[in-house]
Amino acid sequence: MDFFQEIRTKPWLESQVEIDNERSGGSYTLPSVKVGLRVFVAVVGVVFSLSVVAYSDRMTLADWRPVPEPLLMWLNIIVLVGASVAMQWAVRSAQRDRTSNVEVGMLIGGACTLAFLAGQLLVVRQLDELGYFAPTNPALAFLYMLTGLHAVHILGGMVAWGRTLLRIWGGADAQQVRMSVELCAFYWHFLLAIWLFLFVWFVIT
Amino acid sequence: MWVAIIVVLVALGSLVFHLMTPWWSTEIASNWGSMDLTIDITFWVTGPAFIIIVLFVAYCIYKFRAQSGAAEAAPNSNHKASYEPENKKLEVWLTVGTAIGVAILLAPGLVVWNNYVTVPDDAVEIEVMGQQWQWGYRYPGADGKLGTTDARLVSGDNPFGLHLDDPNGQDDILVEGDDLHLQLGQPVNVLLRSLDVLHDFYVPEFRAKMDMVPGLVTFFWMTPIRTGRFDILCAELCGTGHYAMRGNVVVDEKADYDAWLAEQQTFAQFRASLQDKSKNVKSVAMNDVIEDKTDGGSPVSPVAMNAAMNTVGPMPAHGAATR
Amino acid sequence: MVDITQEKVENVGPAEVPEMELYHAHSWWTKYVFCQDAKVIAIQYGGTAVAIGMVGLILSWVMRLQLGFPETFSFISPEAYLQFVTMHGMIMVIYLLTALFLGGFGNYLIPLMVGARDMVFPYVNMLSYWIYLLAVLILVASFFVPGGPSGAGWTLYPPQAILSGTPGSGAGIVLMLISLAFFIVGFTMGGLNYVVTILQARTRGMTLMRMPLTIWGIFTATVLALLAFPALFVSAIMMTLDSVLGTSFFMPAIVEFGEQLAYGGGSPVLFQHLFWFFGHPEVYIVALPAFGVVSDLLSVHARRHIFGYRMMVWAIVGIGALSFVVWAHHMYVSGMNPYFGFFFATTTLIIAVPTALKVYNWTLTLWRGDIHLTLPMLFSIAFIITFVNGGITGLFLGNVVVDVPLSDTMFVVAHFHMVMGVAPILVVFGAIYHWFPLMSGRMLNNAMGQFHFWVTFLGAYLIYFPMHYLGFVGVPRRYWEIGETSFITTPIESLNAFITVAALIVGFAQLVFIYNIIVSVFKGEPAERNPWKATSLEWQTETVPPGHGNFGEEAPVVYRWAYSFSVPGAVDDYIPQNVHPDDVKKIAAAEGD
Repeated sequence: MDFFQEIRTKPWLESQVEIDNERSGGSYTLPSVKVGLRVFVAVVGVVFSLSVVAYSDRMTLADWRPVPEPLLMWLNIIVLVGASVAMQWAVRSAQRDRTSNVEVGMLIGGACTLAFLAGQLLVVRQLDELGYFAPTNPALAFLYMLTGLHAVHILGGMVAWGRTLLRIWGGADAQQVRMSVELCAFYWHFLLAIWLFLFVWFVIT
Repeated sequence: MWVAIIVVLVALGSLVFHLMTPWWSTEIASNWGSMDLTIDITFWVTGPAFIIIVLFVAYCIYKFRAQSGAAEAAPNSNHKASYEPENKKLEVWLTVGTAIGVAILLAPGLVVWNNYVTVPDDAVEIEVMGQQWQWGYRYPGADGKLGTTDARLVSGDNPFGLHLDDPNGQDDILVEGDDLHLQLGQPVNVLLRSLDVLHDFYVPEFRAKMDMVPGLVTFFWMTPIRTGRFDILCAELCGTGHYAMRGNVVVDEKADYDAWLAEQQTFAQFRASLQDKSKNVKSVAMNDVIEDKTDGGSPVSPVAMNAAMNTVGPMPAHGAATR
Repeated sequence: MVDITQEKVENVGPAEVPEMELYHAHSWWTKYVFCQDAKVIAIQYGGTAVAIGMVGLILSWVMRLQLGFPETFSFISPEAYLQFVTMHGMIMVIYLLTALFLGGFGNYLIPLMVGARDMVFPYVNMLSYWIYLLAVLILVASFFVPGGPSGAGWTLYPPQAILSGTPGSGAGIVLMLISLAFFIVGFTMGGLNYVVTILQARTRGMTLMRMPLTIWGIFTATVLALLAFPALFVSAIMMTLDSVLGTSFFMPAIVEFGEQLAYGGGSPVLFQHLFWFFGHPEVYIVALPAFGVVSDLLSVHARRHIFGYRMMVWAIVGIGALSFVVWAHHMYVSGMNPYFGFFFATTTLIIAVPTALKVYNWTLTLWRGDIHLTLPMLFSIAFIITFVNGGITGLFLGNVVVDVPLSDTMFVVAHFHMVMGVAPILVVFGAIYHWFPLMSGRMLNNAMGQFHFWVTFLGAYLIYFPMHYLGFVGVPRRYWEIGETSFITTPIESLNAFITVAALIVGFAQLVFIYNIIVSVFKGEPAERNPWKATSLEWQTETVPPGHGNFGEEAPVVYRWAYSFSVPGAVDDYIPQNVHPDDVKKIAAAEGD
């Protein structure tokens, strides 16, 4: 029964009361933290999609000058994909109860992510040196802003990543950190998807 | 009981105030009487709805209020409220009724809006340009066409930022520091431009208004139907001097209008006269104000600013733009 | 919302949150200051919101003094006036109403009303409050920076918000934007809690359609806020960059006082779209919780179920969804494509239908009810009247062509104060009179309450009802002084002075209210456990005020919806949600004894 069916029920009817009395409380069988992360991801998704809407609106105005994508950006994407893959491997390991593999997966994922952030910084420097930096160049301003926003979200994820790693080093086994690893991996996949979307957007415009 | 009476008084008081109010739209001076009509329609539909709902609430309070003490006295008979979780039929009727009421409001509104955004072919174009905190006006001149503009070109000797190589602009008539004049009965398409921040050209007697957005040319059209001199207000917050950004519009008979227009300077004449005069025409008062502002020092005092605006003659307002 | 489980999940026990997982305070600091208990966080939120709201109230007095008695108070310069206008608006809309309804009432009532022991993420919930407090402090700090706070109007429209012709265009506006960004971050943390708690932590038997409408209102408003605040967040970031780094997201080529600026190409209208994409849902972020709360107040104090519960739920959800496609009705005269006007006028007037339905159902709840004219009931009735009034003037402004003469006049000011100022605040008051006994275990003083009610309701009505007519005359808003004009044929000074005096008196009544609260916390008459004989779960806790973990050993199990008032056949005129069907005293049985 979905949401729209549920809100059509008449809670005061005897027949409905019998059905409702059998219901446990929660709406989803997922654990609450996963529901929470999904809601959060939806909110972040709105932030980025509104930015892109603003970008596309601004693009139509007269002074728009496109900016090239340095080769380094392609490399960064590969690195970020690597981070996601490593995270997913950590999840698989956690599900199979291999604690040491979880640790390795998380470490590789984190290292790739840091490499990605460093790479993004280099991209910004490169564009600067190419002489594209002028605050009034809106394409560049958007590129910087979206890169920055994305990096901030990654840094937020790194906090969760660091805490999980600390718990592993503190002796937690795979079962105990499984949920955290799954959440990290989900968030990383999401940020990868966002970045891929943004990158495709930069390339086609 | 008292509560019900006061609720009734709120409804009746609102009605009486509405019928007796001395504060009401001022006499209209444009063709937008249809806007006033839509306001009247809205009152006729929503006013009775308001009165009926409030009176119904008062009736409920009077009729269904709890009798104090009764509940404790007879615990078994305290079911005074009826139990009827929903009444689909009633709700459907209420929904349909409301939808009809809304349609009655919306339909004429959209028709009038369509008129408002459809400029008639015989409308002449004029331009109103806003900047902190004054108005400038531009008429198309003999060729009937306004020259193209660009804010980047604005300077002391080109206050409207006209393209110098656009022939349409040479005979444009520039008016600053004087009233805007309109010809009675002549539809005008008012093109709106701003040099700095948002403004809004608003003449209460005309009813029409539209924001002026830097970087855009916005518009509205109207036909003056009554001669007179009316206030122009800025209706979009534009900074400290917002309240003082006033001007006047004069609606003339054709003869008066033509006579006035003939006295005004064209852009070409203005350029020529500038070359004759020394370049350093500037308003001392206005410059002082601007220096205050750009230094981020003491803010403009309203008195100083008003003084500045009063002392500024027709042209030198832009003399301030000595770069 | 596809995978809502309807299957009978027998293995899930009634206690959703096991006792061991509950947060426990270990010291005074973690019990009263850095506390993770939603009830404490609620009171922190509420207290902070009311405190900053008092600043907003005082600002409104100063503004009214200037409008009512121009050229009397030399300290109110045009700059200061605009700064007061801006800060008053921003404080009241965001930092008072949004924070109070969601952070305050949301935190207090959600866990209690759905039968949870706490929010699902208590630590994040605590962070939410402290970030909110930080946002408030940054906002207050802008009063003390050079140039003062922003005077750009609460809509913060560029270009003027960051140009020198506007007061507070330097540090003031940047602090405002940073404060807003923090508020949004903090709110998102809280909002996650509200949504997930309502979805996941409901107790056994508490289906969505058994929830009190208060929870529906808060839930929908939170979803709106989570989806709408990002628009403000993005535009705040972009405007901060425009202001600090000189980018041109919103800044076209500008000639400021004769000087060419380096900006170019940006679009001020783009900001307005982003702002109102947030700004219109924001109206419902404030209104929907008020709708929900007032439904429950009316029902409890009229001893009758809410009339048409299902329609009320649908209306809340429908209004919430529609609120995302009406934003540009704030921009009819903004210079956007005029053809948008047709679409947005239509959607805007459509939203009137579910809203009107809610009004009908409130009045039909009173109809054939058993109305106890308690203070919460009085405030609810006053809400209906002011809300209908404000909603109707919304039909003027939403209808695109009627908006043309009225936009940016005092009519707009009167409209939105009536509909999203007075009406929701009346609900806030009603709610405080209603739930104060739960929160403190004591009743508020009735005599002071009656004084507060009548002065506030009638006074606010006298302030805002005549103000509409200034708008018809054509008096523009945000004017430091209007002076002599051609279009004001009947002098407006007397009316302005009258409004100012009424505003001062209404403001004074709020001081009485605050005094009442402070005194009653310590010396109020002790409350019965369920003084209003309400059915919802928050009144069925083991102790009043509810203790840590809200409920006793066992979490409550819900057997019916929240509106079992005056059920035929039952002895009492209310049956709490958690009373087992076998324990309900039936009339036949009672007579048989």
